[in-house]
Amino acid sequence: MVTSATNFSRTGLSDWLVQRVSAIVLLAYSLFIFGIFVLYPELSFEQWSGIFSNNAVRLFSMMSVLALCGHAWIGMWTIATDYLTSLQLGSAATFVRLVFQLGCALLITVYLLWGIQIFWGS
Amino acid sequence: MLVSIYRYNPETDLKPAMVDIEVDVPTDRDLMVLDVLNLAKEKDTTIAYRRSCREGVCGSDGMNINGTNGLACITPLSSVVKPGKKLVLRPLPGLPVVRDLVVDMSIFYKQFEKVKPYLMNSEPVPNIERLQSPEDRAKLDGLYECILCACCTTSCPSFWWNPDKFIGPAGLLQAYRFLADSRDTAASERLAGLEDPFSVFRCRGIMNCVAVCPKGLNPTRAIGHIRSMLIEQSA
Repeated sequence: MVTSATNFSRTGLSDWLVQRVSAIVLLAYSLFIFGIFVLYPELSFEQWSGIFSNNAVRLFSMMSVLALCGHAWIGMWTIATDYLTSLQLGSAATFVRLVFQLGCALLITVYLLWGIQIFWGS
Repeated sequence: MLVSIYRYNPETDLKPAMVDIEVDVPTDRDLMVLDVLNLAKEKDTTIAYRRSCREGVCGSDGMNINGTNGLACITPLSSVVKPGKKLVLRPLPGLPVVRDLVVDMSIFYKQFEKVKPYLMNSEPVPNIERLQSPEDRAKLDGLYECILCACCTTSCPSFWWNPDKFIGPAGLLQAYRFLADSRDTAASERLAGLEDPFSVFRCRGIMNCVAVCPKGLNPTRAIGHIRSMLIEQSA
């Protein structure tokens, strides 16, 4: 058993499941947005804001933002623990990786708050 | 033919170097790579490599042959080198070099030990033996044949990046060999030791292990089975 304090959830198994489920949510949302552009080739701003004033669409959008946040954290954590290791960077590795992950955390938080503001703000 | 061999003696060399040796290879038959290496050693007796059974059973002569891991003794020259081209031999990637083509396999064995590669059974020992049906025995086919040559594990980038944390395809194949054994009663204990983010889940399914296994085994499938068992137990 290898322990880790910076991965997304309690175990590698739940991280793995979150990664897969969030990928499915993101795929469904991408198809949904793509579908809008196919159905309304001449999409106007009124139609666009009309679609996004629907609560179901807002919920779906918010779910996708949350899925994106989880997916991004697990993905970036995986990349960081693959390439920013002591094999590559020596004793500075943990410091460099934590700074990198802090940057990722900040960016993900910004996306999350911004998403809430866009979909639920006035 | 020209044979290019990775040479490194840590006691005398500052850094490794590829050294070319001209070897007279008979043209009337197809030699194995190990035969060519033996011919090269006749010319330069200081070349160091491991070999023993010369028939793909002991797993000693795993090495990187023209960019692909394999056992030198059962790899025909014609399958790795086009006529007129060079044969390039390097040690297995990702492990410390002891000398020339000999690598230090300590960390590979350490990962193997982690999966407790032996039967664990809490039930009372029967008088004669623990019986197993032919159907249950058949579940071990494709798992028990591993000879621990390390060709798969050292071809896996996840092992290169985290050799101390990711068990690697060879170890995980053995982990599943005991998870799948009807005589073993420690499945949940074994699975509990594998659910962390590194031991199993560093596998990204690129299947390098399957491509290089000299025994034709499929560690990626075994890892998939372990994942399914973890999901069934915990999800």
